[in-house]
Amino acid sequence: MPKITYIEHNGKEHQVEVPNGFSVMEGAVQNNIPGIDADCGGACACATCHVYVDEKWFDKLPKKDISEEDMLDTAFEPNKSSRLTCQITVTDELNGLVVKMPSKQG
Amino acid sequence: MIKTDVLVVGAGPVGLFVVHQLGIIGLKAEVVDNLDKIGGQCIELYPDKPIYDIPALPVCTGESLTNSLLEQIKPFKPNFHLNERVQEVTQDNNDWKIVTSKNKVFIAPNIIIAGGVGSFEPRKFGIENAEKFENESIFYSVKNKNDFKNKKVCIFGGGDSALDWAIELSKFSKVVLVHRRNEFRGAEHSAEIAKKLEKEGKLKIKTPYQLNSIEGEKKINAITIKNEIGEIEKIETDYVLGFFGLIMKLGPIAEWGLNLEKKTIPVNTKDFQTNKKGIFAIGDICTYPGKLKLILSGFHEGALAARGCFKIARPNETYRFEYTTTSKTVQERLGVKESD
Ligand SMILES: Cc1cc2nc3c(=O)[nH]c(=O)nc-3n(C[C@H](O)[C@H](O)[C@H](O)COP(=O)(O)OP(=O)(O)OC[C@H]3O[C@@H](n4cnc5c(N)ncnc54)[C@H](O)[C@@H]3O)c2cc1C
Ligand code: FES
Repeated sequence: MPKITYIEHNGKEHQVEVPNGFSVMEGAVQNNIPGIDADCGGACACATCHVYVDEKWFDKLPKKDISEEDMLDTAFEPNKSSRLTCQITVTDELNGLVVKMPSKQG
Repeated sequence: MIKTDVLVVGAGPVGLFVVHQLGIIGLKAEVVDNLDKIGGQCIELYPDKPIYDIPALPVCTGESLTNSLLEQIKPFKPNFHLNERVQEVTQDNNDWKIVTSKNKVFIAPNIIIAGGVGSFEPRKFGIENAEKFENESIFYSVKNKNDFKNKKVCIFGGGDSALDWAIELSKFSKVVLVHRRNEFRGAEHSAEIAKKLEKEGKLKIKTPYQLNSIEGEKKINAITIKNEIGEIEKIETDYVLGFFGLIMKLGPIAEWGLNLEKKTIPVNTKDFQTNKKGIFAIGDICTYPGKLKLILSGFHEGALAARGCFKIARPNETYRFEYTTTSKTVQERLGVKESD
């Protein structure tokens, strides 16, 4: 199973295994990792599952679609490495992915 | 002061349907919601998207579901108090006293919290000192556009509100529209008008920039904005408007003495009462073993909570189980049968 590392804003790291086909958001929520709120349950409608993706990983991820880019406008302090974790599906290629949480989700 | 049988917090689908369940057993409800419209998440987050799992409705949209629910509860003539947040809840003898953000007071033996994931609030700037200027120089909505007449105004955001206000205020103010990327997500037509106004020199557009700092004592004199490659620009301005959509915040609900689990309220599944007698929680905001955050679950929860309210609102009456198909009393309440 692919391993994903979630780093809280305070630097605390959580490495967990997330099954293929699940979203990176679900990986955090199901493992009770704080910092990803996911208020809309993964419907790309709340931007509270926002993370910053390590530069070396950003380009390896499937591209953002328009609805994710639109939703990121409303995220808390988005930048060019921002993604919404509910829109990233876990695959073997993402083994080792590292995401960082913003200071808050809103 | 308004006296009622049940004060419903939240006009989402679950808050709406519980008005029906209360109505058919003869209880009167008042509904308060912080949004300016009825329908909760369905209307704010996905009015046009399809829903496929409402029993007996193969497909509907967030908006059509809201309209159908409103139609269904029409006979009970509920009062809606919109644009108001339920702020305080305190004990008042055997009743609850409820105060809203507009200082409206309700007295009711029962409260049903159908508050979803919390009340919809505007998203704000993250900059540390932004809060200090709120309602003085920084606003997240426009109440009276004349307040901005002949002033310098910076508008942040890329959706319809940002575009529409930039266009509107540029008629009589000096407006700079700032957005984090080059594309606007608002209506294409509005984005075109904004770009045309920019060409004509009537509006300035700065992309891809975000707010970087705020300067000023009591009021803002200037701000700086920064782009992705770190270039900083200073803009002199009187007002800053931010339109970043809405976020759901639990807010005051956390201060009413209710048990909380993460951002939800534990209830018993007999009548969906919380740890406080007469306060019930249904829909997305409640939690119990096996809880599903689905509209259909919220409907069921409301049916049981309504019966729980009956016992408290009518302590001297015995609740009777009746079908809408066959009960004359229920049909009179629904206005489908003439009373003799
Ligand atoms: C994109 C998307 C798609 C979805 N699809 C489906 C689907 O297909 N099927 C399904 O069953 N569910 C679906 N859902 C989930 C469904 O929308 C929710 O379960 C449902 O809206 C919950 O209803 P509710 O009435 O409990 O709360 P909400 O709809 O969240 O409404 C709560 C209301 O309470 C108000 N409020 C909160 N606190 C206060 C306060 N203190 N004072 C005043 N007002 C307050 C809020 O402003 C809000 O309007 C979807 C959700 C999203 C985001
Ligand atoms: S969970 Fe709401 S946008 Fe991702």
